Amino acid sequence: MSERPTDNMKIATARNDGPRNDLSLKPATASRGEGPMRTAWRRFRRSPMALLGLWLVGIMIAAALIGPWVTPYAYDEPIKHSATDAPSWRHPLGLDQNGRDVMTRAFYGARVSLQVALAATVVAVALGIFAGAMAGYFGRWTDELFMRAADAFSAFPGILLAVAITAAFRTRSLMVVFIALGLVGWSGLARIVRSQVLTLREEEFVQAARALGVGRMRILFRHILPNCLAPVIVTSTLLMAGNILGEAGLSFLGIGVEPPYPSWGVMLAEARSWFPLYWWMSAFPGVAIALTVLGFNLLGDGLRDALDPKG
Amino acid sequence: MSAAENETPAAPAAPLLEVRGLKKHFPVRKGLFSRVHGYVKAVDDVSFTLGRKSALGLVGESGCGKTTLGRTVLRLLEPTAGQILFRGRDLAALDAESLRLERRHMQIVFQDPYSSLNPRMTAGAIVGEALAVHGLAQGAELRERVQGLLERVGLSAEHMGRYPHEFSGGQRQRIGIARAIALNPDFIVCDEPVSALDVSIQAQVINLLMDLQGEFGLSYLFIAHDLAVVRHICDRVAVMYMGKIVEVASCDELFNHPQHPYTHALLSAVPVPDPKTKRARIVLQGGIPSAFNPPGYCRFFDRGCARCSARCNQEEPHLHSVGPDHQVACFAV
Repeated sequence: MSERPTDNMKIATARNDGPRNDLSLKPATASRGEGPMRTAWRRFRRSPMALLGLWLVGIMIAAALIGPWVTPYAYDEPIKHSATDAPSWRHPLGLDQNGRDVMTRAFYGARVSLQVALAATVVAVALGIFAGAMAGYFGRWTDELFMRAADAFSAFPGILLAVAITAAFRTRSLMVVFIALGLVGWSGLARIVRSQVLTLREEEFVQAARALGVGRMRILFRHILPNCLAPVIVTSTLLMAGNILGEAGLSFLGIGVEPPYPSWGVMLAEARSWFPLYWWMSAFPGVAIALTVLGFNLLGDGLRDALDPKG
Repeated sequence: MSAAENETPAAPAAPLLEVRGLKKHFPVRKGLFSRVHGYVKAVDDVSFTLGRKSALGLVGESGCGKTTLGRTVLRLLEPTAGQILFRGRDLAALDAESLRLERRHMQIVFQDPYSSLNPRMTAGAIVGEALAVHGLAQGAELRERVQGLLERVGLSAEHMGRYPHEFSGGQRQRIGIARAIALNPDFIVCDEPVSALDVSIQAQVINLLMDLQGEFGLSYLFIAHDLAVVRHICDRVAVMYMGKIVEVASCDELFNHPQHPYTHALLSAVPVPDPKTKRARIVLQGGIPSAFNPPGYCRFFDRGCARCSARCNQEEPHLHSVGPDHQVACFAV
C-alpha cells in the first residue's frame, strides 16, 4: 500500500532497475519501531475504566510502600490501653479494640496483602506457564500428565483447596499462604497457555523458524511464549484480585497471616465480634479489599482490551 | 559437515533434489475411540527432480496438495513414505539434529506475509536469527550482514528496528525473502509467495526472486495457481491434481503442447487480456475433489473428462514419457 503506484509501471519492462527504487519508505517517524507493548499502552490510556483501575492499584501500592514510613504510630503498639476510638483528626480511621491506630495497621496490611497476593500470583504464573507450555508444546503423555493434574486441582472449590493445603503444611507462615493460593490458581492459567501454544505451534512464523533450523527450545522461548504474553498478563492481573480475596479469606478463617501482624483479612477477623458497634474497625479494611480487587479487575479488563490484536 | 559435503556425488548430472515416491497421508479419526477410518492422501506417490539453478513450477487447483508437497519436501511435515534426495542425502531418513543442520541449505517463503513473521520480533531479529542460530555471525558482523540482506531485498538499515506490523504486505514479503536467503541456501520452496499481494506488488516481488536466483544460484520449487507467474519464472512445470503429478514438462512445451485433459482445462481458465477473443472454455464437472480416500482408478474420471475410456474407470494411470522432458499420466495420450 505504501508502494507508489507510479512504480508499478516499470516492472513489466525494466527488471534490472533493482528493487531499491520501487520502494517508497514509510514516513520517517522514529527509526526505532513502536513495539507491541507501546501500542497496547496507547490503547490502554484511552479507556477511563482501565485508568481508574490503574489508579486504584497504584494508590494501594503507594500506601503499602510509603504508608508505614509516613505514619507516626506502630502497628502493634496500643495508643490507648484496650480501648477503641471513633475516627478523629488524630486517627482518621479510628483505633481498634486494643487501642491501635487502624490507618497504620491498614498501611502495614496493604503491604502484607499485596505481598502475599503477588507471591501467590508469581507461583501460579510460573507453574501455569511451565505446565501449559509442556502440555501444549510436547503433547502426548506430557499433555495428559499436566492437564489431568490441572483437572484435579480445578475440581475442588478454591478456598477449600487452599484450606486443605494450608492444613497439610502444619506450620503457619506467609510462605504457606502464598504457596497454597498459588497452587489454587495455576490450573486455569495452564489451560490458557496450553491453548495458546497449540495455536501458535502451527503458525507460519513457527514453521519458518523450524525451516531455518532453529532448535526446539529456542522456538518455544523466542517464538511461542512471547506471543502468549498478552493473555498471561491479563490472567495474572485478574489472579491478583482473586489472591487478594483468597488471602483475606484465609486470614479471616484464622489460617492465613498470623496476628498481631496485620493483613486486611486479619483486621476483618478481629473486627468481626465488634461489628455494628465499632464499624470503623471492619469498614476500612473491607473497603481497602474491595477497592483493590476492583482495581485489579478493571486493570485486567483494560489490559485485555488493549492487548487484543483484533481491537 | 565436511563428511556430508564429501558425500555429495561428483557426477555433474546429479540433480540438486530428487523426490521419489513421496507420500503424505493424513489419518482421519472418528468416533468414540478415535479409530482411523480413512486417509486424506494429500500427496500420493509423487516423484520429480529439480536441477541446480533451475525453477520447477507446481500448479494445480486449491486443495490439490501443492502446499503439503512443498512442506513435506522440506520435512516440515513428516513424509508417510518415499525418499527426498537433497544434495545426495535422503532427508526422509535424517535424524532430527542432522536435519536441523541440513536446513541451512533449503528454505521456504510463505504465502501469507502477515502470519509468517513473528509479531514480537524486529525485522532485524527475524532476518538475523538463522545466522545467529547456526553460529555464522554475531555482534557487529551480524548487524552488518542483516543490513546487507535487507538492502538486497529493497529495504534499508533503518528498518531493522521496526516490527512486522509497521510494514506493508510487499515489504513484509521482502523480509520473508531476506530471511530465506540469509543462510545462502541452494534451494527455496516458494509457497505461493505472491498470491496474497496486490497485483502491482506481485511483479516487484517476482522480479526480486528472479534476480536473487541469478545472483545466488538458487533453485526454486515454485508453488502457484497463477499460470502466468509460473510461465515467467520457471523452466519446468508440474501439474498436480488430487495429490498426484499428472503432467510435467518444460515450460514452453507444457504451455504450447499440453497433453493431459486436466492441463487443458487449467490452461483454458487463464484469462486473456482481450474481451473479444472467443475461446473454448473447459468447465469441469463437480466441485473441488476431496483427497479423502481417493478412488483406485484415474482421479480425473469423475470430473467429466472428455477423453476417458473404460480403462480409466478401472486402473490408475502413471507418468510416462510422451516426448523429451515431457511426461503425462493419462491413458488417452
